Parts: sequence; C-alpha cells; structure tokens
Amino acid sequence: MYGQDFFLLALIYLLAAVIAVPLARKLGLGSVLGYLVAGVLIGPFVLGWVGKDTEKVMHFAEFGVVLMLFLIGLEMQPMVLWKMRRTIFGMGGTQMILSVIIIGTIAYLTGYQINQSISIGLIMALSSTAIVLQTLDEKGLLNNSGGRSSFAVLLFQDIAVIPILALLPLMAVLGGNSESAFNPEAHDTLFSSYPEVIQILLIVFVGAAIIYFGRIAARHIFRLVAETGMREVFTASALLLVIGAALGTSAIGLSPALGTFIAGVVLADNEYRHELETTIEPFKGLLLGLFFISVGASINFSLLVQNPFTIAGFVLLLIALKFGVLWITGKLWGLKHGREMLFALALAQGSEFGFILISFSNQIRIFDVQTSAMLIIIIIFSMAITPFLLMLNEKVIRPRYIRKRNRQVPDELPEKRNKIIIAGFGRFGLVVGRLLMANGHKVTILDSNPSNVEILRKYGFKLYYGDVTRPEMLEAAGVAEAKLLVLTMAEYDEALKIAAYLKKNYPHLKIAARARDTFHAFEFHKLELTMIQRETFNSAVELGAKILEFMGMPRYQAFRSARTFKHHEEEIFEELYQHWLEDENRFIQESRRFSEQLNELLQTEKEFSIHDTDYAWDITAMNTDENSDKNPGIQNH
Amino acid sequence: MEKILIILAHPAIHKSRVNKDLILAVSDLENVLVNDLYENYPDFFINVKREQELLQEHDIIVWHHPLYWYSCPAILKEWMDLVLEHDFAYGRQGTRLHGKKVLNAITTGGSAEVYSEKGKNHFTIHQFLIPFLQTANLCGMQYLAPYVIHGSHMLNKRGVDFYAQKYKKAIIALRDGKFNAGQLVTTSYLNDLI
Repeated sequence: MYGQDFFLLALIYLLAAVIAVPLARKLGLGSVLGYLVAGVLIGPFVLGWVGKDTEKVMHFAEFGVVLMLFLIGLEMQPMVLWKMRRTIFGMGGTQMILSVIIIGTIAYLTGYQINQSISIGLIMALSSTAIVLQTLDEKGLLNNSGGRSSFAVLLFQDIAVIPILALLPLMAVLGGNSESAFNPEAHDTLFSSYPEVIQILLIVFVGAAIIYFGRIAARHIFRLVAETGMREVFTASALLLVIGAALGTSAIGLSPALGTFIAGVVLADNEYRHELETTIEPFKGLLLGLFFISVGASINFSLLVQNPFTIAGFVLLLIALKFGVLWITGKLWGLKHGREMLFALALAQGSEFGFILISFSNQIRIFDVQTSAMLIIIIIFSMAITPFLLMLNEKVIRPRYIRKRNRQVPDELPEKRNKIIIAGFGRFGLVVGRLLMANGHKVTILDSNPSNVEILRKYGFKLYYGDVTRPEMLEAAGVAEAKLLVLTMAEYDEALKIAAYLKKNYPHLKIAARARDTFHAFEFHKLELTMIQRETFNSAVELGAKILEFMGMPRYQAFRSARTFKHHEEEIFEELYQHWLEDENRFIQESRRFSEQLNELLQTEKEFSIHDTDYAWDITAMNTDENSDKNPGIQNH
Repeated sequence: MEKILIILAHPAIHKSRVNKDLILAVSDLENVLVNDLYENYPDFFINVKREQELLQEHDIIVWHHPLYWYSCPAILKEWMDLVLEHDFAYGRQGTRLHGKKVLNAITTGGSAEVYSEKGKNHFTIHQFLIPFLQTANLCGMQYLAPYVIHGSHMLNKRGVDFYAQKYKKAIIALRDGKFNAGQLVTTSYLNDLI
C-alpha cells in the first residue's frame, strides 16, 4: 500500500506542472521548458521536495515517449511511411555517421581514449525524441519539410539504439575491459540466450503478430469493447494494446518506442483511430510532462558549480557540433529556405536514450562515474537549451528567410477599384478569373508567387504581385469598396485567418472561398461565407461520371447519377457540419451513415427512375384502360 | 433516294422494350441517320450549330419519342427552342428548312381508344400533336401523318417485332419516295399506309 508519501509526491509533481506550464506557455516558451523549470524548482538543488526518487520516476515516465510514438504512428498511413524510407535511412544514416566521426574525433582530441571517443560519438549522435517532437508539434512545425526530416532522423535513431547497444560492449573490449563487457546483466532481453536463428524467427513472429493484430483482430476487439459502452474498458484495452506492443518488441530486443510506433502505423486506417487517439492523448501528455519534470529535477547542480566553465563549454560545443552535422545533412538532402535551420536547431541536443546508454557504458566500464555524470549533465543542459534555440529560429532566423524570399516589393495597386478581387491566381483562381473576365467583369487579381505573376503577365493577364495572406495587401487592393473577394489562395490556415479578419472588419464584403477539403469547407461555413466550393469534389465527380460511361452506362444516366451524387452531398453538408461542430468522433459515424443513404438513393434512382421505363408517365392509364385487350399482341392495327 | 434524319428523344432507350427495337430496325439503313439527343447531350447543352447542319443535310426529319404528358420528352422541346432559330428556321431569312418533310414517330402507353373524345384522355393524338404540326408549318416544312404505336406496354415480343418491321418498311418507303404524296398528309396514321 502506498502511504501518504506517494500522494505527497504526486501532489508536488502535479502542482509544479500546473503552475509552471501555463506560465511558460504564457511567456511563449512552450510546455517543455515549463516542465523542465518546474523540475529544477522542486529538485534537490532548489526546493529539495523531490530527490532520491527522480530516477525511478524518470524511468516510469519514459513510457510517455512510447505513447507519443504510438500516437504519431496513428497519424501516419503505412504508405506515407513507405514513401519516407529514403529520408529515414538516408538522412538518419548521414547524420549518424557524420556525428560519430566528428564528435568522436573532437572527443579524442580532448584526451579521451579511442573506444571512449567512439562511444561518446555514438551516444551524442542521438537527439531527444521527446523534446523535439513535443516542441515541434506544439508549434505546428511537424508537417513542413524541416519537421518531417526531423521526425525521419529521430525514427532512424530509435532504430539505431539497438545496434549501438550491441556495439558498446565491443568498445569495452577495445578498452581492455573484456570480462565485464559481456556481463550478461548488462543488456539482456528475454530471448538473448537463444541462438540467433531463433531470435530472428522471434522478431519476425512478433512483427507478424503486431501486424495481424492491428490489421484484423483489433477491429473486432475494439468493436466488441466499444459496444459495451464502457469508456474505461476501452481505455484499458487501448493501454493494453500499447503496453503489449512495447513489451513484445522489447522482449525481442527492439526499442519499445519503435514497437508502439509500428503498432500505431498498422492501426492508422482503423475506424477506431480517433477514439484511440483521444484515449491515449492525456496519458501521453501527463507522462511526458512527468518525464520532463524528472529530467529537470535530476540536473546535478553541484557538478555544475564545481566546473561551470567546462560544462558550459562542452554543452555549447555539443550543440555547435550537432548543429553543424545536421545543417550539412539537411543541405545534402535538399532542405532549403530556412527549413535546414529548423531541422538543425531542433535536433541539436542529446537524447534521453543517452541516459540509458551512458549508464550501460558505465556498467561495462567504458566510462568512470565522473565522466558518466558529466556526459549526463551535458545532455540535460543541451535538452534544456533546445526550446530557446527553436524560439531563436522562430523569432529571428525564420523572419529573415521570409523577408529574403519576399524581397520583391509588392506591386503598386491601381487607383481604379474593381468590384471583384481575386486573391490567389494559381491553377484554381486562374479558371475562376478567366470565366469572370470572359463575361466582361473587371477584376483585380493578386498573387503571391513572383514567377507565376511573371508568366501570366506574358499571357496578357493584368495581375499584381503581393502577399495575399497579409490583410494590408488586400486592403490596398480595395476590399473596402469591393463587392466580392474570391479567396482562391492555396494556403490552408492563412485563407481561414484572412476570411475571419475580413468578415470582422469589412462586414459588407462577400467572400467566395476555395476550400481544400471538407473540413476546410466546414471552417469557412463557420465563418458564414457567401460561397464555398471544395476544390476537387466537382472534378472528381465528373471523372467518375466519365468512367461510368466508359463502363457502359448511357451518358444521360451517368450524368443523372453524378448530379444525384453532387446534390446529395450538398444536402447533407449542413447536417454533417452540425455533427462536426459537436463532436468529431460522432462525425465519422454520421458520414458513414450518410454514405449508406446515398447508396440507397442511387440504387433507387437506377431501378425506379421515371426515365427508365418505356411507358413512363401514363402507366396509370394502362392500368385503368378498360378497353385493353387481355390478349394484347397486335391490338390496333 | 432521300436522306432521313431520325431525332431520337428517349431518356432510357437501353431499358425500353419497344423504342429500342424500333431504332435498331432502322439504324443501319442507308441514308438514315439516328441522332440520339439524350446520349449526345446528357447535360442538355445542345450543340446548335451541329444540329442545324444535320437538318440541312437531310430531307425528311423524324421526331422519334415516347409520348410524355401529351407531348415530347424535355430534351426535344429544348432542341426545338434552340435549334429552330430565327433567321434559320423561321423569319424573313429563315428559309433553310423550306420544303423538307417532318413527322412524329411516337409510342403511347394508352390504347387508341383512350385517345378519343370519349376516352380517358378526351382528345385525339392528332390534337395533342398540333404544336408539332404548327411548328412544321411555320418552318415551311410539310407535316406528314405520324407513325403511332398505341398500348406499347401491352405488346408482347411478337407485337414489338411486328411494329419494328413495319417501322422499317415505312422508313424505307419514305426514303425511296414510294408513298403517294397526297396520302402521306391525309391518312390518319402512317402505319395505315404499310
């Protein structure tokens, strides 16, 4: 039974989080830094509320990282992962090799033995999955090329931990500590005593089990569980799934984070994906928070006080070296426009895996206790600096790149105001604009792509260069006097922002928006725009109709079928929107019900349509025709 | 040999029992062209220029359709509204169709008896077809007696074959000028001349 101690500890951790995190976010520092500072505050060197348990807490909280990778996996379709294979192994491999060579060489030059230097290179090559992904996700940077590359490299590192664990004992042998190197206690898995063939078979077996479970069994199990209607049982089975995958993979010597990530990917197209996400999310958040707090609490300040300059120097050196390696890697793999800066700054820290690897190296006597403590504190400080580096990128470096890219000055806009303004004259806006101009409308056209502007000008279009995502540009174009703004820019979030801004400040202005997808359309609908058009829907339906014709359907029937489809979609839009407003999970169920309804409708259309019968409208005349002959044949002639 | 243009307006010809066989019977005839409006213009966007050229290339026009609500299916009305333009089909300069012949080939669900003063529909087929007759008059075309199949839903396979062959004979006779010109106008149904 846990006594009051347990609750007291929980109270301290929770209190620290509740106070520090909102404060840090308010200051724009991000939650990670908030947790770290909270950890430092309650740690042994400031308030001393927690101390001896931090390491245990940290081990427990590492499960948060595992959950995070599961959630990332859920967001990632297997195809997407497969497409990333080159980035994962190419960028990850480049980064790893360069890091080992450069960091190892520097370590050797500062006086470490060759085996120690290589070990340091291997350990320091890793970056912190927890900090990087949490921070990038919070800033919404995971989906640009810099963020995706960061993710790919982290994934590679997760895989690389296993061979590194195998390499470290070799390093110990190199250093002459042969008898401790193969200490079975050092890193053993459940099956490491079996011959290799069996181990490989086991790996295949566990992989197949995860895939089978995720692809086939999970769907039924989750449905059964969901049908009970007991939320906590669903939560329990979700956790069971993640823990099962983690244990399964660590039993065969792979990283549990990798295992749950794969489990997540396998489940990515499962219909319970969203429910799994919402169930696991709070656990992930809490455990990651706990993890960051415990990292903060375990900073050994006495060591820092003893050699402040050495440690500060090494921390800066580590960050500088990692940054250099990552920047080169990013450039080699084609990152540009400041994305390589994001990539390099985001990953320029040590990893939580480093803690495990260092304590393992300590056990097999590659490092002495002193060196181990030193390496750990360097990693911790490099982690703590990361949020600042990303802030530096956001506030100073990124704006500079944006300014550079937009160096071309916006065009002078005409004095004469048109009733229609088109914001965004790419492949979508161009068609809209041509139709309007062909019908004699005068339109003011803005586009933010200089080369696009240049090309279209050659074709005689009068368009103006300027950043259409900036309200000032639209104001200069005359939204105040215009009747309609056609919002055809390709930028998803910016279009929403602009629409909201104009709706608020120019209530008379009508807006016609191009929606990238249904959800975009919902967002626009929420803003009560006058016209909303999904960009791909109509052309997809048209192609569908052509295929129906190709497959032998008469053209008029194919045309009616496509129309029915379109109108049905329009009819249910409002209803779907209401469900979307209420609850996303419910929304998915509803849209499934609607598609069944549509099916029925089209079937009805096919079988009973008035147009499909030869005798059409006067069928009743037939039934009541008193003069009709019972033996019809040739009746009248 | 005259050239015949059959303008077909049937929204689901593939499902029809009678009209499909009628059309099949005449579609391979020399100098006879079937112009399926629903197939060519599923979105009702009729290519006026093409249709006018077709009219000019042919001597006899057949409006072939089931009788829907005492008239033709919607697309044929759309065709008339757009193709029979001022200065093409009517008006001082609209003489392009002068001298051509035109007729309706129709199927009705009800028997001949319901299309009479005492029948359920109170009027004869000829009374319902008056707008077509007057359209022909205004365009300077000669309006011929209609080819009519009554009680189309009550026809068995044999009946359908009979009418299809009869239709084929009528079209061939029209094409080859085998009918007595006076009778073509005075007879009640074109069917009766075969």
